[in-house]
Amino acid sequence: MSSTIIPFGPQHPVLPEPLHIKLVMEDEKIIEAIPAIGYVHRGLEKLTETKDFTQNVFIVERVCGICSVMHAMAYCQGIEELMNIEIPDRAKFLRVIWAELHRIHSHLLWLGLLADAFGFESLFMQVWRDREKVMDIMEETAGARVVISANAIGGTRRDLSKEQMIKINLTIDEIKQDLEQVEAVFLNNYTVKHRLVGRGILTKADAIELCTVGPMARASGISMDLRTTGYSAYGQLDFEPVLHNDGDNFARTYVRLKEVYQSIDLIKQAIAKIPEGEHVVPVKGNPPKGEVISRVEQPRGEVLYYLRANGTKNLERLRLRTPTFANIPSLMKMLPGSQLADVPLLILTIDPCISCTER
Amino acid sequence: MFKMMVNVFKNLFSKPATRMYPFVKREPFADSRGHIEGCDIDKCIFCGICQRKCPADAIIVNKAEKSWEIDQFRCVICNACVDTCPKKCIISSPTHKTSQYTKNTLKIVQAEKPTEGAGQDA
Repeated sequence: MSSTIIPFGPQHPVLPEPLHIKLVMEDEKIIEAIPAIGYVHRGLEKLTETKDFTQNVFIVERVCGICSVMHAMAYCQGIEELMNIEIPDRAKFLRVIWAELHRIHSHLLWLGLLADAFGFESLFMQVWRDREKVMDIMEETAGARVVISANAIGGTRRDLSKEQMIKINLTIDEIKQDLEQVEAVFLNNYTVKHRLVGRGILTKADAIELCTVGPMARASGISMDLRTTGYSAYGQLDFEPVLHNDGDNFARTYVRLKEVYQSIDLIKQAIAKIPEGEHVVPVKGNPPKGEVISRVEQPRGEVLYYLRANGTKNLERLRLRTPTFANIPSLMKMLPGSQLADVPLLILTIDPCISCTER
Repeated sequence: MFKMMVNVFKNLFSKPATRMYPFVKREPFADSRGHIEGCDIDKCIFCGICQRKCPADAIIVNKAEKSWEIDQFRCVICNACVDTCPKKCIISSPTHKTSQYTKNTLKIVQAEKPTEGAGQDA
């Protein structure tokens, strides 16, 4: 049978960002998928070489809005390792609190987009209403909604007061309550399950071979969560990675949904255990000659920063590998064999962040 | 499904979660980073630290002219200048800047002082 090529994207209702995939079809069935990225390349890696190392914190935050805290965290951890700075314990806990708040809002955004993609508009609004509460906490505590610029080299830029922590505790309780009400719809609803169960299966063997990261890998049964390595204050908190063994759309939804609860629990633990003290230490001098690799778990998976300094205030090289970039090969594995109508959902379940990927 | 029904009834009888925006506005949070309003030019010593720390190159400080200039369209509102200013003379406002017809920079020049007063840093 002759095949047809259908272009998917760069502009498509399900994608907020430009990703282009050529779908080679036989009837309604996909036999091959050819990706093309490069529509939003901004040259941020090159830009970091021209700015000084403290300014770079603001640049790496803008690689990706929705995981901005984790980008800055990975960069700051790298520079701190390079310069041998021991940051205060309070700063580590503050970083964890903001990072987990970011994870909640990223996963809630994704759950909303998923509901929108399978045409359940009211569920979409329910989830986003809760997300707005997290955004308000961000603005109140850090000064901005998305790119919050809370991290600085040597600690954090702001501290949380007692009242703010109480308010965070109350708000995440509310979110937990609201989410428990809609959880059943994501996990038990007949129509929703029809769109999710058994679609886009990524087996554990494939996931290992294609170096899948983050919730994608955990949905395929790989127990891989970088937070378990105990960077920042995660070593002092108690948690287990959320796992599912099916590797289909439903498994990925399950993992992300349960991770919201996990983040809520982590924030509560962090607020209970946070020590008193300084939240930032002064930084003197330039990073010495050397190179370092820093890894952090983002909502979408593992981000890897490679930093090379040459003793001046500018870095010689900054290379970053974002989770979506690592997950695109898995998407290309999932697409062949599926129906055209499932393509938007399949692309969405890797939680694509194209601006991240192209930097 | 029952849990969702509770939610449905709650939504039916509760107030909307959104505001009628142009008519009802939420007060900005006190420490929110809205925009850089300007500079208290009488306190400024024209050291240029804000210009060097700005990641977006939005600030130009001219010591000879005694002027402080910001391009608010380049500014990324990170408040690095506010944090590093030794005299704390840069004013950050929690409200957001509305859209503009023209893209002008904001230039503030220190007025000539008739007498050589104290407090003039060299």
